[in-house]
Amino acid sequence: MPNGEKILVIDDEQVILTAVSRIASSEGFNVDSDNDATSALKKLSYKEYSLIFCDIMMPQMDGFTFIEELQKRKIATPVIMITGYSTVENAVKSLYKGAIDFVPKPFTFEELQSSIARGLEYGKLQQRIEEAKLKKNGGIITYIPCPPKYFRLGFISWLKLESEGVVIIGASDLFLEILKEIVKIELMNVDEMLVQGDSIGSFYTEDDLVHQLLSPVSGRIIERNERLLDDTRLLEKDPYFDGWIYKVIPANIEYDMKYLISCATDRI
Amino acid sequence: MKIKQTITKISLRLILTVGAVTIAIISVYSYINLKAQSKDLLTQAELAANKLSETLKNSMHFSMLLNQPEQTHAIINSSADEPCILEIRVFNKDGMIMYSSQENAIGTMVDKNAEACYVCHTANEPIEKLSIDQRIRKYKIHPDSSHILGIINPIYNEPSCWQADCHAHPESQTVLGVLDVKVCLKDVDSQIKQSENRSFIFAVGAILLLSLIIAFIVRKWIEKPITELVTATEQVGTGNLNYIIKDLGSDELGLLAKSFNNMTQKLADARLQLFQSDKMASMGRLAAGVAHEINNPLTAVLTYSSFLLKRVNDPEIQEDLKVIVRETKRSREIVKSLLDFARQSVPKKSNANINEIINNAIGVIDNQLSMKHIKLEKNLEENIPLFKIDSNQMQQVFINLLVNASDAVMEREGRISVSSKIASLSPYGTLQIKTAVCSKRHSLMDEEIKVDGKPSVKLKIVSNGKEGFVNLDPIYGKNRDKYNLEIKSPEQIQISCPKCNISVIEKDASCPKCKSAVYTFEVPPQGMFQGCINPKCDWQRWASVDEAGIRDYIEIKISDNGSGIAKEDLARIFEPFYSTKGQKGTGLGLAVIWGIVDNHDGTISVESEVGKGTTFMILLPLNHHSN
Repeated sequence: MPNGEKILVIDDEQVILTAVSRIASSEGFNVDSDNDATSALKKLSYKEYSLIFCDIMMPQMDGFTFIEELQKRKIATPVIMITGYSTVENAVKSLYKGAIDFVPKPFTFEELQSSIARGLEYGKLQQRIEEAKLKKNGGIITYIPCPPKYFRLGFISWLKLESEGVVIIGASDLFLEILKEIVKIELMNVDEMLVQGDSIGSFYTEDDLVHQLLSPVSGRIIERNERLLDDTRLLEKDPYFDGWIYKVIPANIEYDMKYLISCATDRI
Repeated sequence: MKIKQTITKISLRLILTVGAVTIAIISVYSYINLKAQSKDLLTQAELAANKLSETLKNSMHFSMLLNQPEQTHAIINSSADEPCILEIRVFNKDGMIMYSSQENAIGTMVDKNAEACYVCHTANEPIEKLSIDQRIRKYKIHPDSSHILGIINPIYNEPSCWQADCHAHPESQTVLGVLDVKVCLKDVDSQIKQSENRSFIFAVGAILLLSLIIAFIVRKWIEKPITELVTATEQVGTGNLNYIIKDLGSDELGLLAKSFNNMTQKLADARLQLFQSDKMASMGRLAAGVAHEINNPLTAVLTYSSFLLKRVNDPEIQEDLKVIVRETKRSREIVKSLLDFARQSVPKKSNANINEIINNAIGVIDNQLSMKHIKLEKNLEENIPLFKIDSNQMQQVFINLLVNASDAVMEREGRISVSSKIASLSPYGTLQIKTAVCSKRHSLMDEEIKVDGKPSVKLKIVSNGKEGFVNLDPIYGKNRDKYNLEIKSPEQIQISCPKCNISVIEKDASCPKCKSAVYTFEVPPQGMFQGCINPKCDWQRWASVDEAGIRDYIEIKISDNGSGIAKEDLARIFEPFYSTKGQKGTGLGLAVIWGIVDNHDGTISVESEVGKGTTFMILLPLNHHSN
């Protein structure tokens, strides 16, 4: 049971605030809620949180502005966006802006639970990385950055352009790093269609959570890495090469690339 | 009213113009004719007068020789008694009137400068020989009276005259005197007058007749077509683009009507497209709005129910909660598919059991059915293999069809039956042409004119010099083709691509059934499709699918004994936004269903009889199922 971890929920819809608060507090978290991003920022000036849930579409200040404000104020608290299905594109955009994840409405208890778990783990991981940087030589960088020619959707998944209009996609190491031991993965079948920002596979972990990997691209699956189903550890061992998940013919790669981050620009 | 006035104006103007031209023509003709006629009549009158004058002269000759003036007088007087002989007089060389039918004139002198004398006496020296024209004069006493013809007849000296006993005239005298006869030209004048009247009556008659004919022609050939055209324009103006002008023949107005019909047809098509895309756009916005709004309450339901499911230990409550969670998850898929529909996305197929999907759908509306006491018969074939299908979309299809059926049936008496089975069907009569191209790779598919709700194959036909189109039934072997022109002699028709006009008639091939020519086009990627051009012959061949042979389908039938669908509605029920439910429906249901089934490479068809019930049949191909 996590103790004293503080979570802030921002949504203009009271029922969401109540639902998230109810679930999170039942899990032993300390939950604050706010129906307005401006007053939430005020709260953040004197209070520290481990994780923030924030709606994208809000009347006064929207989710994007909220993230920018946080970056201006150098508040490193991880932000998870809450979105409707109608705003998947916005959700992907929010990952580009700096949110670490999003939960599409309506979500189940389990979906929220796993999202909280990932968010908190991400925060901790970031802290470790920061500490390692400060210690310079003494610290150990605990994750593998994505190779320069790759593109990533937030920190979640990656895409590599192959020749002849085919792309390879997979899970990024940071995403795998924050999960507990993976016990099972469920993948989609060849010929099925992917939509950017939609789930492309379920990762079952030892803590009984199910994590959805979000697709960096829309298109049709032409091949999947069958080896992963037998040996899930391959994912963590070599997430960017042998641990690839699907080969995909993208539907509209130019459009999808708009909110992907080039790994070449990452500076560690 | 306005139209009538305009028409009247056109015909009036036409009548006036033609009338004026007629008047001019008849006037000129009558003038020339009358001139010739009066000249003839005058000549005749002159000849008659001349004859009379000669006769008189000869009659008087003898009495003059005998020097019997009484006798001469008697002859003159009796002759002058004849009607229309106005005056007969004889005067001597000096101009003294010797004899006259008017006795008081006897002995008076004639003014040599006037009247009859003038012709001879102009040059002071009398002319002794005169032609007949010179001897005649025509004049009027009053402007109102009829013309008078005067003729002078010189009495020449003859041997008998100077040898006569009286010796009144010496031999040297050439002209002894002049006989002057005046006759009236009343007859001639009245004949000319009559001719004039006849001409006038003829002209008036001709103008009246012409006007009538013009009015008739204008009415028949111009007014009626124009009224029809104006009505059509007004109809189109008020938005009725389905108004079609009846055949107005092949003259210019007929052609105008045809191109008008063509225009409204195109307009209607364009409007429909515009309307649909507009509706689609607003549907999309609506869906997005609804999705956003409905997601919040759904979130509450889903989080709380899934949360409770974790915390509750009572297995019974757990089962109930599972239903809530499952159905709420389905709701979110519906919301999502609503958005997907707005974005026209592809289905998410995975291996699924069709009977399970049908049962889930029945479970959703079970309550509704039992409340209305509707009997549901299930006849699902077991052992249907799993196959690739979007469960949520397909469940939506069944729920929609079941809800439609339960709306159509009566309470308590209603019966709905659902069946599923594997059907092995020959492609003949079931397989649908979804793409078709001419030899220049133009698509022949027509999305607008549908046959049984499916896009048809459009070909251009030329028959008996007339152009038209045929929309072929896309189902192989069904032949419910739509022709928009009559084909009288199938031997002479030409069939071509509507875009590039390239002929689709196969050379050196003939229908094995009726020996007519054969059309052919490619159905990528399923090879060539052939058919008989004779509308009465049903021969078709699709070689590559025939070779592939019988295919397995899953056939799902949902029937009811409800009110049925009218024939005129039946053809359109799969069109988006077509609803017979009035305010109750959006008209999107069957269009969505059609789209979903189509995305699964399946077909949906409907049979219905008003008052008896409706059956929807869905065929989903099994061959494509994955391992």
